[in-house]
Amino acid sequence: MDEFLILSLPPMVIASLAAVACALPGNFLVLSRRAMLGDAMSHVVLPGIVVAFLLTGSGNGWVMGAGALAAAGLSALLIEVVTRRARMEPGAAMAVVFTAMFALGVVLLEMTGTSGIHLDVEHALYGNLETLIWLPGPPPELARLALIAAGLALALRLVWRPLVLATFDPVFAQTMGIPVAWLRAGLTAATALAAVAAFQAVGSILTISMLICPAAAARLLTTRLPMQVAVSLGFAVASAVLGYVLAGYAPLWLGLPYTVSASGMIATVSGLMLVGAALTASHRARARL
Amino acid sequence: MILSALLLQAGYNAALVSLGAALLGAAAGAAGAFLTLRRRALMSDAMAHATLPGIGLAFLAMVALGGDGRFLPGLMLGAGLTAAAGLWAVQRLSRQLAEDAATGAVLATFYGAGIVILTLIQGLGVGRPAGLETVLLGSTAGMLRADALVIGFGGAAVVAALWVLRRPLAMVAFDPIHARLMGINPRRMDAALMALVLAVVLVGLNVTGLILIVALLVTPAVTARLWATTVSGTATLSAALGAACGYGGAAISAGIPDLPTGPVIVLLAAGAFALTLMIRGHADG
Amino acid sequence: MSQIPLDVRDLTLRYGDVLALDGATAHFPKASMTAIVGPNGAGKSSFLKSVLGLEAASGEVRAFGGPVADAMARIAYVPQRAAVDWSFPVRVIDVVLMGFYRQTGLLGRIDRRFQAKAMACLARVGMQDFARRQIGALSGGQQQRVFLARALAQGAELYLLDEPFAGVDAATESAIITVLKGLQAEGATIIAVHHDLSTVADYFDRVLLLNRHTIAEGSVAEIFTRDALARAYGPSLMLAAE
Repeated sequence: MDEFLILSLPPMVIASLAAVACALPGNFLVLSRRAMLGDAMSHVVLPGIVVAFLLTGSGNGWVMGAGALAAAGLSALLIEVVTRRARMEPGAAMAVVFTAMFALGVVLLEMTGTSGIHLDVEHALYGNLETLIWLPGPPPELARLALIAAGLALALRLVWRPLVLATFDPVFAQTMGIPVAWLRAGLTAATALAAVAAFQAVGSILTISMLICPAAAARLLTTRLPMQVAVSLGFAVASAVLGYVLAGYAPLWLGLPYTVSASGMIATVSGLMLVGAALTASHRARARL
Repeated sequence: MILSALLLQAGYNAALVSLGAALLGAAAGAAGAFLTLRRRALMSDAMAHATLPGIGLAFLAMVALGGDGRFLPGLMLGAGLTAAAGLWAVQRLSRQLAEDAATGAVLATFYGAGIVILTLIQGLGVGRPAGLETVLLGSTAGMLRADALVIGFGGAAVVAALWVLRRPLAMVAFDPIHARLMGINPRRMDAALMALVLAVVLVGLNVTGLILIVALLVTPAVTARLWATTVSGTATLSAALGAACGYGGAAISAGIPDLPTGPVIVLLAAGAFALTLMIRGHADG
Repeated sequence: MSQIPLDVRDLTLRYGDVLALDGATAHFPKASMTAIVGPNGAGKSSFLKSVLGLEAASGEVRAFGGPVADAMARIAYVPQRAAVDWSFPVRVIDVVLMGFYRQTGLLGRIDRRFQAKAMACLARVGMQDFARRQIGALSGGQQQRVFLARALAQGAELYLLDEPFAGVDAATESAIITVLKGLQAEGATIIAVHHDLSTVADYFDRVLLLNRHTIAEGSVAEIFTRDALARAYGPSLMLAAE
């Protein structure tokens, strides 16, 4: 097979799928002012993975994913409890919970000697996109992310109408008999699922970035929600592909014989797209006046 | 071993680390009290992550100028500059987006750019980049007397500035409109508060690293808030809690091999918060 | 005439495409007590905020013969319902002490003298027994009285109040009106946005009828007429009042 198909296409597709899986719930997080939930979720994945590994001794992706999901669910619950019982701004509650969980993960990692052998913190932060090559077959992350992205898209399609209502006007939605609390919990679960799936493949930076940047950029440029979601998916895929290419080839164009972090570059590109969207939007607003 | 570390008997370096961490905890606790009262807890997270590209760029700049790149004040200057840029970006984006989305976007983008620069440095193979990534999680193992002095003086300066500004800071946090009518400039006060938080973040990079410094700012502060009924009470208690966790965490990690300092400090603070929540939390809600 | 507490000319405020104030003009003589009355969306709150410089309105506003910015120390403002975090760790007395900031500054000691003055302000609104309570532990009416006490602490000569009686209990309403009348007797000038037309004549001696621009202003007796109200509110109010 062609070198591109073996080395570059699989990670590029995986990055795109991860971006799509995150951007879908990201649209609703941004609308309901819970954007930082993505930050919290991507940090609490670490202790889940470590505990799952310690309990089962298995490095299997599905086992670790289940552990991560459990940790994400637990911390979502803790954030709710802390917000209510301490009557605290949600941001502060998130900061308390995710730092505690992350610290626990690091301590477990260091104390059990797991670090360096199977897991390490930096790996978890940057991801290992570049190693997901087609050798000998497709990397398992490919199928897993494709499945999860498709599942999230389907779920979103199913609950679209009540979710839009509940996001826009929760009180009205409640009076219409829409289970607002369940939808909120569902969005949290979808965020956790996307964060866990993406995290294993691409690391936590890319997860935070894809949960927020494409949706925020699309929100600035569109006035209708279906359009916003569509544009955000476009931004997500575009930044994944463009970021991957830039990370792999830009140093070569500069005459440097190595590559830079693809996850970091994708996050940077999506941030630059948001900046572009913000400038375009304010330019348009000025033109209207 | 832990006991002797707690009593500063476990050797010069362990004592140095314990005192440094205690001073950092006090400064972070005091600054965090005002930060959380202003409801900007996660702004510190964005700020901390935005230091990373600055650290990388400062390293590259120092190497280009012929140094070894690990000169701490230089790295802190770079970190401060990009963190300030990140703060500016959050404010600018907040004009068009909800503040939480702006904060998250800036955090992820600057952090991503930082990682790109770090991998670039690794690829270049210049200077002595090994250990540059300790800024992520902090490292107290090699703390020098000079580092402890930086933390001590930095922390004391932050606490002193907060003490001087405590009234206008509290008034802006409580009722910005009234503060403005009383002749206080809320924007200037917010800028001052952010500068003080930034100072804590920069000093804390060595101890807890940029991912966990937010815990030192937020967790003692929200714990104190559940006990105290006044602003000065909250700030004082928060500083005391931060100092105790910093000191205790450093001592415990000195006593047990492989135990990293920053995460232990964070877990102690989280434990104090959990205990407080059980005693003082609101049952309803 | 140059010492008139507040003189407003041609105040205009625009929110995007919406004109909130359209050339409102009014003057408020010393020791008068004026109700700002008008239908919903007439720009009554915007009028107060623009006067204080909290909104970027155009027009000329002069307080005590000079620009408002120079007279801020002589002006106190009580918002409709302060948009504050009610779980904030301040006690009632701390809120009132904030009213002394111009005197205490950054570092001036808050000694017994200030504590006693703050207690006196609280006593004036009937809240002296609540001084050590956390602000969030009070009812809405009590909170409103504390914010009035904070304004009293400022020792102002011109008081701007945005719907001080909205949503408060009867005890609070009578406490507030007693305080305001007392301030007027001491020579202070009171301007309040007011909703309840039935109490205007009892509480106030002047009226500013506002509907984005000034419909009429003057003493209650000459202005508070069916004809002027109809011009401000439209004829539907008459039907409702009948």
